[in-house]
Order: sequence, then structure tokens, then C-alpha cells
Amino acid sequence: MAQPLVKKDDDRDDEADYSPFLGIEKGAVLQEARVFNDPQLDPRRCSQVITKLLYLLNQGETFTKVEATEVFFAVTKLFQSKDIGLRRMVYVMIKELSPSADEVIIVTSSLMKDMTSKTDMYRANAIRVLCRITDGTLLTQIERYLKQAIVDKNPVVASAALVSGIHLLQTNPEIVKRWSNEVQEAVQSRAALVQFHALALLHQIRQNDRLAVNKLVSSLTKGSVRSPLAQCLLIRYTSQVIRESANNNQAGDRPFYDFLEGCLRHKAEMVIFEAARAITELNGVTSRELTPAITVLQLFLSSSKPVLRFAAVRTLNKVAMTHPMAVTNCNIDMESLISDQNRSIATLAITTLLKTGNESSVDRLMKQITNFMSDIADEFKIVVVEAIRSLCLKFPLKHRSLMNFLSNILREEGGFEYKKAIVDSIVILIRDIPEAKESGLLHLCEFIEDCEFTYLSAQILHFLGIEGPKTSDPSKYIRYIYNRVHLENATVRAGAVSTLAKFGAMVDTLKPRVFVLLRRCLFDNDDEVRDRATLYLNTLGGDGAVVETGEDVKEFLFGSLDIPLVNLENSLKNYEPSEEAFDINSVPKEVKTQPLAEKKAPGKKPTGLGAPPAGPPSTVDAYEKLLSSIPEFANFGKLFKSSAPVELTEAETEYAVNVVKHIFDGHVVFQYNCTNTIPEQLLENVTVIVDASEAEEFAEVASKPLRSLPYDSPGQTFVAFEKPEGVPAIGKFSNMLRFIVKEVDPSTGEAEDDGVEDEYQLEELEVVAADYMLKVGVSNFRNAWETMDADCERVDEYGLGPRESLAEAVNAVINLLGMQPCEGTEVVPNNSRSHTCLLSGVYIGNVKVLVRLQFGLDGPKDVAMKLAVRSEDEAVSDAIHEIVASG
Amino acid sequence: MELCPLIKNILLLDSEGKRIAVKYYSDDWPTNSAKEAFEKAVFAKTQKTNARTDGVNHVDLLTKVNADAEITMFDNYVVVYKFVQDLHFFVTGGENENEIILAAVLQGFFDAVGLLLRGTVDKKEALENLDLILLCLDEIVDGGIILETDANVIAGKVASHSMDAGASLSEQTITQALATAREHLTRSLLK
Repeated sequence: MAQPLVKKDDDRDDEADYSPFLGIEKGAVLQEARVFNDPQLDPRRCSQVITKLLYLLNQGETFTKVEATEVFFAVTKLFQSKDIGLRRMVYVMIKELSPSADEVIIVTSSLMKDMTSKTDMYRANAIRVLCRITDGTLLTQIERYLKQAIVDKNPVVASAALVSGIHLLQTNPEIVKRWSNEVQEAVQSRAALVQFHALALLHQIRQNDRLAVNKLVSSLTKGSVRSPLAQCLLIRYTSQVIRESANNNQAGDRPFYDFLEGCLRHKAEMVIFEAARAITELNGVTSRELTPAITVLQLFLSSSKPVLRFAAVRTLNKVAMTHPMAVTNCNIDMESLISDQNRSIATLAITTLLKTGNESSVDRLMKQITNFMSDIADEFKIVVVEAIRSLCLKFPLKHRSLMNFLSNILREEGGFEYKKAIVDSIVILIRDIPEAKESGLLHLCEFIEDCEFTYLSAQILHFLGIEGPKTSDPSKYIRYIYNRVHLENATVRAGAVSTLAKFGAMVDTLKPRVFVLLRRCLFDNDDEVRDRATLYLNTLGGDGAVVETGEDVKEFLFGSLDIPLVNLENSLKNYEPSEEAFDINSVPKEVKTQPLAEKKAPGKKPTGLGAPPAGPPSTVDAYEKLLSSIPEFANFGKLFKSSAPVELTEAETEYAVNVVKHIFDGHVVFQYNCTNTIPEQLLENVTVIVDASEAEEFAEVASKPLRSLPYDSPGQTFVAFEKPEGVPAIGKFSNMLRFIVKEVDPSTGEAEDDGVEDEYQLEELEVVAADYMLKVGVSNFRNAWETMDADCERVDEYGLGPRESLAEAVNAVINLLGMQPCEGTEVVPNNSRSHTCLLSGVYIGNVKVLVRLQFGLDGPKDVAMKLAVRSEDEAVSDAIHEIVASG
Repeated sequence: MELCPLIKNILLLDSEGKRIAVKYYSDDWPTNSAKEAFEKAVFAKTQKTNARTDGVNHVDLLTKVNADAEITMFDNYVVVYKFVQDLHFFVTGGENENEIILAAVLQGFFDAVGLLLRGTVDKKEALENLDLILLCLDEIVDGGIILETDANVIAGKVASHSMDAGASLSEQTITQALATAREHLTRSLLK
């Protein structure tokens, strides 16, 4: 038997901080490494030096290229020693140094010798080292040995070869794929880990061949897998097969479900858990299928091992999102986990309970959570707060106790993120549960009395200004707001002044009091606060008498800014001080989106072909400037909308062309962005011949050719059409690129004098209804919707037919209408059966349009939709329905 | 899609969160400072837990080894861990990794170190036998893929120091593992 390596005495009362590496220095250790070159090697000493080198690397020390090379060459000398321990350290060291290709050659022969050694340990490790540092060329030389090693009777050697194969598959797939037969043999190995590694490699070799994977799974699920790890792999492969075959056979029993269920009775916990998790993640899992999996997870909940409890509660937490009823059986076990010492487990248990709990258990749960909140970290608290918020939305009747809970924890210690989560939750509850409004607002008022976060105070003041005046007794909030003017920093004071003004504007009886308070603010020592006070005193008018506030004043104070802030910022930057005042109507309202071509460009053209094919002007501003500079288009009036670029050519063609559609009131201009990708050609007199025979309402009025289009510098040509004014005419246009092509001598870059006329067919282009719709968001959809005249509302229902998913249907309608999704409603949560989407936009003729879409799944795939439109003009509301009906 | 269970890193830290030996198998932490930041965060996050076993002398060794691993989740990683004396053992996996597989790796590492240090599992002993710890890490995981989780086999492979190149590895492993285990048992019973 081997002797203990370094065995120290057990008594070590003093020098508790002693470390063998105390005061270690890179330079000194590199000096020490010279012992590797001694003719008479001392294995023990060499081992120690390598350990020191590895220690340095492990501590984050780096070697320079020269140092690394020196160490590497010195280490290679150590292959002379026959000491196994030293050889092991040499292997580790070589892997850590990751030598360059020319250095690898030095050790190749030594390692190849070890690979064919009689000592198993040498063979196994040499394979791992060589495969780690080698490149493809060497691989062909050692392939024969690797194949042998895969079926080696020693499991350590076989595993080493198989694991190396998994790594090599990433870089040299064609070589590793040739080992299929050997790997397949290894899958049958009696050694547990060999089977695991062989299965992993075999699957990766075949992963792109669905049929082969299917066969592999079918044969192995009949039961020849012994290793728990391999069994876990097999479960993962099986669920993948189930996922992929799910589309083909809807009806009947799920294939392989029996196998998964059988694995729930396996003796290894990791397999049981893997199978239970796989079952819960099956697409459209039924409650009958879920039951056995939930049962084993429930047993795990009361395990003595934290890892099992955690794994089970985490999985059940996910199940609770989609199948809350299936998890209710575990509620009792779950409740006992609230006091679990491991806080991660306790938090997961609470959030699961909040999802599965029923109305009657809410109060009891809240009591338990209150005790628990004081001793967990902020990030866990945030999770709990979010769970409570959704619980409250689910059971609005319970708002009192839940709101109380939120306000209690709001008063306790906590960081910004945590406090923000609580405030956000209260705001959402106030908005969605009318009965909770008054108590919620008072809780927020109390909070700002002692709030250390300026951001939150300002947010709450703003919110108070909107909601406070609508309550039964607005006067009670004034005190809280005015206190801020006394006690806070300038930002909060300014916010408080605005809020006061809003109360004054909305509640006429309060106006005199607000006036007095605002006048006091005129002497504030911050100019923003003074400015605001002055502004509001003037806009409110009436000298503090009880009079009604004008509509335009209300609009000014409460109206939402329907201009994207970025655009406003840009316009203000471009504004040059002059006699003419800045006109807010001149700010473009289009939400700037990244042009399609620019996003695609890097992937499409990996070769260094220079600039992407998109035309240089991309923003609305730039488009407008560009078009107004062209005399032919100058009298078209104000640009209504510019579309995103639409590609008219396939990727990698000779000429890349995309088009931007510019919509004016009575005209449409197509801007063709052309790029010449052939270095030997110069194009001249480039035009696009447009056939508008399928676009009856359009008549071509002007075209502007591109004089010359050299290699790789994009240029534009334009074609303009007239159309009936204010009418959203639609049509199809076919395009032909016509030009004179001249040969270019690549060496001199000079073009020949004579050119040949040529044509190039482009793809068709369509002007669709969405082109007449501007994406303009609103900040508060509900307010905007309610202020719009209900008489102009048009509601109808549509069947959208079978769709891939709800999300796909939602996207299709959004794209069809070309409107701006509001409040994040374009995102459809996974597995939901219905969805409401809010859209807003401006239709040609500057008509505001709001759309409320309600989607529902009707049967397995069919999507039904209810469309409600409100706009300032009922004809436009009808037009929107027409778009959907004909789309 | 990656279906094979993968280990992101294995860490052995001291009672102040400093490195004794660490091994990263993932590019999630490209620089040393990123690694150190992760270690700091893991350490801070697990400090207040009860993964520490109370035993301080050899009598408790058996219970110590049998104490259960603790677990936490943060930054989309699952971390299982175990503390003994002034040593802190961690194994990290991806968000969707099977927790029990990670725990098996941790247990293998923890027990193998216990066997290799012959019961005296603390920082001083670990540093003095750092070569064994590093070899141990090398035998547990290769490039993220689990090589072995059985502590006796791991320790056996690491401890097979001998000039005798003739004996086969499998033989050595078993006899050695048995001998080590036997010695380890008698020691803990005698004390």
C-alpha cells in the first residue's frame, strides 16, 4: 500500500495561520523550477515545485509568454522520471499551461508513449492531456489508439477516451463520428460511468439525426441502463423525443410516458427527480400524467436533505404557475417549509403557497409570512412581494389584509430595489382595485413622510397628483404633499409643487388654499422649484378664487406627452435660437426603430465588404431632410411616415437593393437603396422601372436616377407616385433595376469608357394599410381610451383560423395594423389561453386610433379575436376593421 | 441544445472566502476578477447558513461526513455547498441543472478530500496537501463533464502513488480504497 504522502502531526495549537505558501513569490518559484533540469531528478522536490506553480496559477497569477514557455520546456524533462505521483502533476501542469501548437510537438511523443503504456493510469491521463492540447492534424495519428481506448477493459481508460471524444466533437466532428461503433459497444459497458460517457457521446454524434435518436431512445428505454447518471441522460433524451414528436400524434397516449413514470420508482434519487421534473415539463401535461410525479416530489418535501427539499419545492413552484390545482395536495408539507432553516427553500415554499392558496387561507398565510420576512435577504423579499401582488389581484376581496401587509413591510428597513417593488405593487393594486385606492394612497403618503429615496418620493408624488384629486376627500393629502416642500431636497420639492398644482386644477374648492401654498414656494432657494411655482400660479389663473379651471390648462397639466422623449431631445438639440419659437408640433412622433437592414447586416456579410447595404439616412429626421432637399419632391408637403427598409434582393446577390416607402398626404415616394457588390463593375444611370399596373390608384409623377454606383458605396434612386389625397390607397408594384454597367480594372480602379445597358429583376413591393399608420404610443392607455368618444367605437369578432401559437397570432395582427403596442401587452405569457393586447397609433390625416385586441384559443389551435377600435373619426374605425377583415 | 449535465465550477475556499483551490469549467467568468467576484458573492451569500457542521474533533468525523449539503440559487446558478472547520466546499451548476446531480459531485469531492487528508480536514492540512486536492479536482470533472462521483474511487486514483508501474490500476484502486477506508474507520473509532 502507498505510504501517506505528507503526514503532519496532529498537535498544532500554535501557528494557526501557518501556510506552506506564506510569502510565496512568482520569481522565486520560477527559479526553483530549475530543479526540473537536474540530471538526477528528485521526484518529491519536483512535485513540490509544480504544486507551488499550480498554487500561483490558482490564485490568479499569470505567467508571461516567455515564462510559460520556459516552465513548459522544463516540465517536459520530467517525463524521464518513473515516479507516478510526479507524472500525475506533470499532466495537470501541462493542461494548465495550455501550450501552443509548436510546443505541443515537444510532448506529443512522450504522451503517445504513455498512451500505449501498460499502466492504466498513464493511458487514461495521457489521453485526456493529449486530446486537450492537440489539434486536428495530430488527431488522425492517434485516432487508432483512441478507438482502442474507448473499448478498453479498464473503465477509467474508456471514460477518459469517451469524455475526450465529447470535447473533440466540437472541433473535429468528422473524426469523432467515425468512432460510432466503438462508442456503441461502450454503451453496453458494465461500468456505470463508461455507460454514462458513452451515451452522452453517442447522442451528440447523432443529435442531428432525429430518426437515429428515436431509435436509440426506444432501444435503451427497454432497460439496459445501469448507471443513474446515464439514466438521467436517457430521461432528458426521451423528453426531447417526446417534445419533437408531439406535433405528429395529438391523440392517444403519449409515447414513452410509461418509461418516465417507471423511472419514478428508480432507487437513485437523482433519477427519480429527473423523471419527475421531466413529466412536469411535458407540453400540455394532463393532471393524470402529473399526479405520480407530484406524489414523489411531495415525499422529497419532507426529506431531511436540503438539496432534495429545494429541488422539489423549486419544481413544484414552476408547476404551480400552470397547474396550481395539481400542487394543492402538497400545501401542508409546503407550509411546514416556511420555517425551513434554508431561506431559499422557505421563499420558494411561500411563493408556491401564494400561487396555490385559496381565499380562505390568505389570512393564515400572511401571519406566517410576517414572522418570516424579518430574517431573509432583500432579494427574497422582492420575490415574496411580487407573489403577494399577484395574489391580491386574484382575490381582490382580500385587499385589506394584503395592503396592510405591504404597508407594514414598507415601514421596515430595506434597500431601494425592495422598497421600489413594494411601492410598485401598491400602485398596481390601487390602479386595478378601486376599493383599495384610498387606503393605498394613505399608505404611500405615510411612506413619503420618511423616505430616503428621492426617486420613490418623486414617483409617489406624481402618482398622488393623478389619483389624489379623484378621491372623496382630496384635501387630506395636501398636508402630506406640502410637508415635502418643507423637508425635502430640490427634486422632491419640485415634484411636490407640481402635485399641488394638479390638486388646484382639479379640485376647484381647494384652489385658494393651493394658491397660498404655491405663493410660498416662490421664495424657494432652488430655481426649478421657483420656476414651477410661477408657471403654475399663472396657468391656474383666477388669482386664487374658486373658479373652474380651463380645459386647456387641464390638458397642459394632465395631458400625456405623445412625443417620444428621444425625438424631443434631438429636436431641441437641433433647435437654433432665433426669432422663431420652438414648435413642439415639428417634433416627429414616429417611434424610432432600428432599421431592419442594419440589424441584419453583420450576419449577412461576414466578409469584409465594408459598409452594410442600408442607405445612410435611417432616422425619420434624416429622411425628411433628404427628401426636402430633392426639388422634385419639395412640394409634396409634410412627410407622414417612412417605413423600415424592405429587402428586394436575396442576400449575397450581385446587387443589394432595399426600399423605404415614404408616405405623404397625396404622394408616395419609394427610396431604393442600392449597393453594388462586384468590385469589377461600375454602374451608371441607375433607375428602377416600376410597373404599377396592380396599383390602380397610383400614378407615377417623377423619378430621380442615380448617376453612378461604384463598388461598395451605397446610393439611392427615387420614384414618386401620386395618389388620391388622404386616402389609404394600397397596391402592388413590380420593380426592375435598369443601369449601364462598365468594367473596372481592379488594379487601377479605372472604369472603361464604354458600358452596356443591363437590367436586373427585383422582388415585388407592396404598399399596405399599415404604411398609413404611425406607431405612436400612449402612456396611460386606459385614460386615453376613456377620453375617446365611445360613439366612434367599432367592435367585431374574427376567427383567425389555426395558428402556431397565441403569441404568433398576436404578432401577426400587430404587424398587420402597424401600430405601437402599449404597456408591454405585446408579450404573451407562456401557456396562456387568452390574451389582451393594447395598441395605439395615428392614422393618415392625423387621426388618433386606439385598439383593444382580445385573443382566445378556440379549440386546440384555432385563435379567435375580438377587435375594439376607438378613434377620433368613425370612418377610420371602420377602416381599421376593414384592414383586419381583408388581412 | 446541451443535454449533458455540466458543472460550471468547483470551489474550495477558506473561512475568509479566500481561495485554496478552484477550478472553472465554463466561460461564464472570463477573467480572474470575474471569478473572484463570483467567489465573493457565493461566500457572502452562504455565510449565514447552517451548512457548517459543529464537530471539531475526530470523534465527530463520521457525522461530519454524513452531514447534508446545503443549497442556494443566485444569478441563475445553482450552488450546493458544505462547510467543515475552516474549509468551504462549493459546486456550481446552471439554472436548470438537476440539483441532486450537483450534490453528488459535491459529496464525491468532499468525501474524497476527507479520505485523502485522513480525517484532518482543515485549511492547514489542505494547503499542505494541495497537490492531492488539485489531483482530486482533476479526477472529478473534465471540462465540465462529470468523470467520477464515488469518493473512494476518486481518492484511490489520486493516492495511487507508487514506483511500481506493473500493477494494474483497477487492482490498486480497490485495495487502496479499502485500506484507506479501514484505517479511517479504526481511527475514528479509537479516538
